[in-house]
Amino acid sequence: MDYFAQQVINGIVLGSIYGLIAIGYTMVYGIVGMINFAHGDIFMIGGFIALISFLVLVSIGLTAIPLILLIVLLVSMAITALYGWTVERIAYRPLRHSFRLAPMLSAIGMSFVLSNFSQVAQGARVKPVPPIITGGYTLLEQNGFAVRLSNAQIVVVVTTIVLLAIFTWLVSRTRLGRDMRACEQDQTMAALLGVDVDRTISMTFVIGAALAAVAGMMYLLYYGLVDFFMGFVAGIKAFTAAVLGGIGSLPGAMLGGLAIGLIETLWSAYFSVEYKDVAAFSILIIVLIFLPTGLLGRPEVEKV
Amino acid sequence: MTASAPERTSTSRATGAAFIFKKALISALVALVLFSLMIGIRTEAGPTGQLIYWTRFGDLASMVAIVFGGSIVVELLRQWWGAAGTTIRVIPPPVQTTLAVAGRLVAPALLIFALLVPVIFYHQRYILDLGILVLTYVMLGWGLNIVVGLAGLLDLGYVAFYSVGAYSYALLSTNFDLSFWVCLPLAGILAAFWGVLLGFPVLRLRGDYLAIVTLAFGEIIRLVIINWQSLTGGPNGISGIPRPTFFGIPLTASDNGLAAKLGIPFSPTHRIVFLFYLILALALLTNWVTIRLRRLPIGRAWEALREDEVACRALGINTTTTKLTAFATGAMFGGFAGAFFATRQGFISPESFTFQESALVLAIVVLGGMGSQLGVALAALAMIGGFELFRGLEQFRMLVFGLAMVLLMIWRPRGLIGHRAPTVFLKQSQAISSDLVKEGHG
Repeated sequence: MDYFAQQVINGIVLGSIYGLIAIGYTMVYGIVGMINFAHGDIFMIGGFIALISFLVLVSIGLTAIPLILLIVLLVSMAITALYGWTVERIAYRPLRHSFRLAPMLSAIGMSFVLSNFSQVAQGARVKPVPPIITGGYTLLEQNGFAVRLSNAQIVVVVTTIVLLAIFTWLVSRTRLGRDMRACEQDQTMAALLGVDVDRTISMTFVIGAALAAVAGMMYLLYYGLVDFFMGFVAGIKAFTAAVLGGIGSLPGAMLGGLAIGLIETLWSAYFSVEYKDVAAFSILIIVLIFLPTGLLGRPEVEKV
Repeated sequence: MTASAPERTSTSRATGAAFIFKKALISALVALVLFSLMIGIRTEAGPTGQLIYWTRFGDLASMVAIVFGGSIVVELLRQWWGAAGTTIRVIPPPVQTTLAVAGRLVAPALLIFALLVPVIFYHQRYILDLGILVLTYVMLGWGLNIVVGLAGLLDLGYVAFYSVGAYSYALLSTNFDLSFWVCLPLAGILAAFWGVLLGFPVLRLRGDYLAIVTLAFGEIIRLVIINWQSLTGGPNGISGIPRPTFFGIPLTASDNGLAAKLGIPFSPTHRIVFLFYLILALALLTNWVTIRLRRLPIGRAWEALREDEVACRALGINTTTTKLTAFATGAMFGGFAGAFFATRQGFISPESFTFQESALVLAIVVLGGMGSQLGVALAALAMIGGFELFRGLEQFRMLVFGLAMVLLMIWRPRGLIGHRAPTVFLKQSQAISSDLVKEGHG
């Protein structure tokens, strides 16, 4: 039971990271109807930028960890958001009205570009960092097994919750959010009613990338490493989360992320670590077959 | 958001040095922010495991300068070329007929050239090896073309069948001592079986969902190969895979080898030439089967499925069998290619079957114009040839490949061969633009 509780905590932390990435997928899919294959690599770029800015801040003599983390968070969100914007501008916008395969291949190409760019720019080796946030609490201890909640885990979950709250407010209460929902429903109609569709789509990518940057930074805090290849698998898993939650649904993406995080952690704990990715991918297939609209998604009506 | 404003004016054909300069400046500014940390600072794990970093502001400055210059060049080119889609280039009729004749001659010319390659380049081992590689991808492209180009089912996990074929041959030949010619059909059958196995669950899926499921399937196969060490040797792969024989006669220097039997001096090039003709034959088999199948009801059903699945059902076409046969046929040729790959390399490991391979083959098919046999062959030649050009720049290769994919999609989203003759026509055959061909919702 203690072991189970510990795994649930770990799963929720991992799930928060997946959920943050999944929001980017689900928003982009909702608004332009394409799988943004490069999104996983945007997450990886976010992790790298967090790592580099952290190193720089430490070396110029900042010592207050909360301040450093706040600056790192803002820097990586800002720069990664610009990456998201650039990717949309270069690779997707020219293909907006092209046939459906073109943006998908362009996205795959962009994913190769981003991951190999960071390999060339930062080297192929894994970049480890010493634990930035240390310490934690022991929740309960019996039979020699302690259920621990580390400070890093608390930071990850709290940051996720705060950002989700801000983000939900953004989508449901602001002008931008209304524009986004309008574009999701009908781009032509939205344009006729004075919504700048191009700008709204750009902003969707920017917000998605900023959240992916947060995920990248949380990954760095929690696992203490980044490498250029981590975007691919994390991306597929986050996409699985988005599909599981119902693509286009924001609470669904978070819920799906948590589910995938829990399943992956529990699978590793009770079955085999080697096959944890196989488990995640199998869930993707099973969900798409038996529950194509996901947990919170609306069924798609097909018109002839 | 400031940079999106000049873009809108450029569509109304704004010219002038000030505009170009402003746009380039914005691009350079964006590049500066993008690259500031990623290029300006280099991190590496130091000797003690502690991360160290050093600055590379020179590289950063040159990158920003390149973006600035490149942006000016691109903008000048765009203005010189005219805004996309506004000018219709009319080709005069005589040129058109010449082009049509030339177009008809390309395929036979390529075929004759392919047949002559081992004769012309007999002493250039490198070119022969490259030719074998290109033909392998031509075959893979033609195989995937059945699934993507004809049936309109977007498959991002084609490499799974390639690996099934390769591992089938490797395991059957090393464990049971079966010859290549026995294993080849077995590898094809096994791959086709896996194709059906994948096909069943994804029957109801469409478009992007289908793509992501096939991708996941490809990754699952690769992960299983890595982790099932007792059978597949895990990441170490399988080595010592038997070389192919000339229908039972080994291509070795021994007394019962082919060279000794023919009474000619032995040369290791014989095996390369044999492999070249073998993959050429396999590729042509794929092409021939595809062309024949297109004329059969099943091929017609595939193309109908690509155009409109609902209409297909309304006409009483069994979409289940249509999709499954497409998957199985495509997978079978992938399996053949895999078996060939295993026998050529003599060593296989999961590293050869990553998602990048799937993406490369899919890029070949889409670049070839989705459904055009000649286009796929030309695209394979261009892609693999281009890949070879960058062999010296080992670490930049995938970067260039990714960039090429993005740029090619922007430049020609419909592929190199944008027109093709319809399979069935009423009264008069007329080449149709591939803009009119749907990509399918499969």
